[in-house]
Amino acid sequence: MGIRFILMVNKQGQTRLAQYYEYLTLEERRALEGEIVRKCLARNEQQCSFVEHRNYKIVYRRYASLFFLVGVDNDENELAILEFIHLLVETMDRHFGNVCELDIMFHLEKAHFMLEEMVMNGCIVETSKANILTPIQLMDKAS
Amino acid sequence: MGSQGGFGQSKEFLDLIKSIGEARSKAEEDRIVINEIEILKKRIIEPDIPKRKMKEYIMRLVYVEMLGHDASFGYIHAVKMTHDDNLHSKRTGYLAVTLFLNEDHDLIILIVNTIQKDLKSDNYLVVCAALNAVCKLINEETIPAVLPQVVDLLGHSKEAVRKKAVMALHRFHQKSPSSVNHLVTNFRKRLCDNDPGVMGSTLCPLYDLISEDVNSYKDLVVSFVSILKQVAERRLPKSYDYHQMPAPFIQIKLLKILALLGSGDKKASEQMYTIVGDIMRKSDSSSNIGNAILYECICCVSSIHPNPKLLESAAEAVAKFLKNDSHNLKYLGIDALGRLIKISAEIAEQHQLAVIDCLEDPDDTLKRKTFELLYKMTKPSNVEVIVDRMIDYMMSINDNHYKTEIASRCVELAEQFAPSNQWFIQTMNKVFEHAGDLVNLKVAHNLMRLIAEGFGEEDETADSQLRSSAVESYLRIMGEPKLPSAFLQVICWVLGEYGTADGKYSASYITGKISDIAEAHSTDDMVKGYAVSALMKVYSFEIAAGRKVDMLPECQSFIEELLASNSTDLQQRAYELQSVVGLDARAVESIIPMDASCEDIEVDRELSFLNGYVQESLNKGAQPYIPENERSGASSISNFRIEHHVPSGHSLRFEAYELPKASVPSRPPVPPVSATELVPVPEPTYHTEFHEAVAPKLSVSGTGSSEIKLRLDGVQKKWGKQTYSSSSPSTSDSDIHKTQNGATKRDVPSSLSSKARDVSYDSRKQQEDVDPEKQKLAASLFGGASKPEKRPPASHKASRPNSHAADKSNAEKSGPSDGGAVKASPQPPPDLLDLGEPTSISNATSVDPFKQLEGLLDSNEGTTAPGSSSSTKAPDLMSLYGDTSLSGQNIGTANLLSTSSSDANLISDVSHAPDRNGHGTGSAVTLSTPLSKGPNTKDALEKDALVRQMGVNPTSQNPNLFKDLLG
Repeated sequence: MGIRFILMVNKQGQTRLAQYYEYLTLEERRALEGEIVRKCLARNEQQCSFVEHRNYKIVYRRYASLFFLVGVDNDENELAILEFIHLLVETMDRHFGNVCELDIMFHLEKAHFMLEEMVMNGCIVETSKANILTPIQLMDKAS
Repeated sequence: MGSQGGFGQSKEFLDLIKSIGEARSKAEEDRIVINEIEILKKRIIEPDIPKRKMKEYIMRLVYVEMLGHDASFGYIHAVKMTHDDNLHSKRTGYLAVTLFLNEDHDLIILIVNTIQKDLKSDNYLVVCAALNAVCKLINEETIPAVLPQVVDLLGHSKEAVRKKAVMALHRFHQKSPSSVNHLVTNFRKRLCDNDPGVMGSTLCPLYDLISEDVNSYKDLVVSFVSILKQVAERRLPKSYDYHQMPAPFIQIKLLKILALLGSGDKKASEQMYTIVGDIMRKSDSSSNIGNAILYECICCVSSIHPNPKLLESAAEAVAKFLKNDSHNLKYLGIDALGRLIKISAEIAEQHQLAVIDCLEDPDDTLKRKTFELLYKMTKPSNVEVIVDRMIDYMMSINDNHYKTEIASRCVELAEQFAPSNQWFIQTMNKVFEHAGDLVNLKVAHNLMRLIAEGFGEEDETADSQLRSSAVESYLRIMGEPKLPSAFLQVICWVLGEYGTADGKYSASYITGKISDIAEAHSTDDMVKGYAVSALMKVYSFEIAAGRKVDMLPECQSFIEELLASNSTDLQQRAYELQSVVGLDARAVESIIPMDASCEDIEVDRELSFLNGYVQESLNKGAQPYIPENERSGASSISNFRIEHHVPSGHSLRFEAYELPKASVPSRPPVPPVSATELVPVPEPTYHTEFHEAVAPKLSVSGTGSSEIKLRLDGVQKKWGKQTYSSSSPSTSDSDIHKTQNGATKRDVPSSLSSKARDVSYDSRKQQEDVDPEKQKLAASLFGGASKPEKRPPASHKASRPNSHAADKSNAEKSGPSDGGAVKASPQPPPDLLDLGEPTSISNATSVDPFKQLEGLLDSNEGTTAPGSSSSTKAPDLMSLYGDTSLSGQNIGTANLLSTSSSDANLISDVSHAPDRNGHGTGSAVTLSTPLSKGPNTKDALEKDALVRQMGVNPTSQNPNLFKDLLG
């Protein structure tokens, strides 16, 4: 399975994007987000970017005020996931230009579309920025 | 590019987002969302909503759910939007549906039809959108509805479609392997796809398939190796590069697959050695992604058939990780170390201090990982230190999930390696006291059994010592408030069985204590049940010994209470006690014999005591009894069939078969043989296959999964022996001392400290200014030496005959490991045996600044190179500049080498100055942006202007919203 969920949460613990690759009910999602955000936000910069939680791990990375949290299975390569987060941010940056939290909020669906290109069934399937963005650009042109 | 100036979004939408963005608290956010729900409920049912508006409504619904509120009232509108002809609307609709619904939702049935239609679309983007939805929404029952189309799409002309079709098939395989079993060859085909994206995504299903059944894919080793080689040689399009690394994510996936395929397969592994070695050599250890690949290589190397050269470079890489300042790399280093010690245990010894630093680090993640490593390297000589540490840590955490895990690990290690009975009992007491409610009840039962059965058949005194020490410790501990139920049960049971066994405590004392427990835990029926049974045992032992029983008044009242209990179980126990107490000594002795909890109760299934009666009847002319399964050969077969083969009601056949085969009533060999011959074979073979498949898996993952399953029979023997090997006389210990001392001496002269050392332990202590506590810990964890103050002679039992042999084996064991360490010493790196850091410190303070500098420059090459290129090549800047943490790590490597000496620090400062410029000077940064993102600045400006128009200003409540994420 690999990736179980991808979250973007700001410093105040407010969710900005949530994508789950296994179904959780609204209640479960709420509880999980609360727990892990509390856990990750309490950590400092020197500490590991990985946190064990229940039977999986969370890899997180902070950009300005926004935290990117990725829940992965235990056999996943944590450092690679950390770089995957960076790739995601770079991709968004290429699309939006100086991407900021508000870009993601205003264009939530586009951020999701990018993720849909990059991750399927919890696996990383595409890492070429051009390939990720082409369908989104084509769609913009069409509408 | 993407965002057209005005976004086409309404003021209402922007206002909503703005207010959510500026909400200061969860409560405020909730208020906004609840208000929004009310608005949407009214709006969304209005007739003739323009498409653009509807899309916004749907996204607002997504917000509502994302922020934790129910938006189910609008699901149907999202479903409707998937029918839309406009691509953007359609895709938004699909997105919303996948976010809202799980695959078993009632509305899915309304979407399947749309998906089918869209899969046939001429527009490949529509097909892609539908395939995305397929991956999320199709369940086992609906797979057949789309399967043929998905299979067709595997050959689509657009690579994006092929890629998604592969993943859809992968999803079907995850959901219901049987539905696509006949199609898995398609994955092999797609592995050779011309498009690297399709090839890369095919690795995901193949990884799953291979981990399920390695042997069917051995033929692909060659392909995987050659793909990996091509990737590493940069044959893939540039766009797959990430931070100058060629397609790192594909490399990592391939390495994972190779690790599976090469595991335990020498032939397959040999094909991989070259490429894995190449990648390790090439990988750039100054970037995160380079290290990620390096780490994956280590995992692969430790999984495949061992190769000395690769192991050596893996060990070097681990050393680099552990010495790095970055906690992330330390974490990976500890993890990798845990993998490597399975192959060669001595590797850990080089890193003892680094490991202990990680263990004592305040970072919980690192600490846990280190405990995992310690768990893997536990042996009789260090079990005490490790388990004590684990228990301390267990007591300090609140996370029940992890507490349970670490508690069961403690129990497992204690049972496997305990050096002495006292220690074992004490350890178990601690575990039960602090995590008793979390450990599996089985553990409690195992503990009772262990105490009852003892450890050495040949030595009864040791067993009874164990029991009396258990009794004593329980009497001491039982006063503690809040003991967990499982532990109290153990205490009651042990007190009942052995409380009076050694004659140290009187029956009235013990029964008084037992009734104290029962009284203090009057709500726990389980404990009360154990307590009353314990009382019964104590009393009946008294009666059997011919002493008079004086029941204490509190016991009396306790029993009376139970006689009237609501629980029939407790009532019965109480009545049983009453009647047993009333019997005479001989009867009681046979009812409840002393210390007979381990005696097997033999049930005479043959009812042999009836033989006389049967014979008598036969003599009188009665028909002999023929067991049902021997009445006819056929019947046993049909029986078998009914049980295993045809589950539906075929019981009538039973009679139909009986007649023709009646001629074989009682030939002993017939039934089994004919059964196996006649019954179609698949069943049995299936079973054996299944076992074969499962058994190795179990043994591999044994450490993790067997936490609760404690097979006591095997353990027990091991335990008995280990007692000796670890608590062996100090002579062998000092032997180790000497050899180790010899080893250290050999390489120490090269480093500075040439002070006289008389005693080995002292010398270690003096060596450098490393905390002596840590050294001690290191020694006890890794060396098994230098434990002079430990092991009071009390813990040694009366010597057993085989103890000498055990000593020898211990000495032998320590021999080779020393040898290994000595062998390691001629290697170039200064850190030998252990104490890697201190030696390097001594280097730094003494003479060799040049060497230092060399190392520094070496490790910094990576950093400076991109730094300098940044001034010339614009596109590179982005990556460099986004990567603050990366350069941080490089400084780390530099610092590590220089440790504390100040001049070295200076150098490192200088060397990463260009780096700083990279982030620091704003001009360089802003210059780079127009270059790399050309038209976007204009866009961004426009955007800002518009947003300000809407009233969202950077200066207003939440300026963070505007901060560039990569800035």
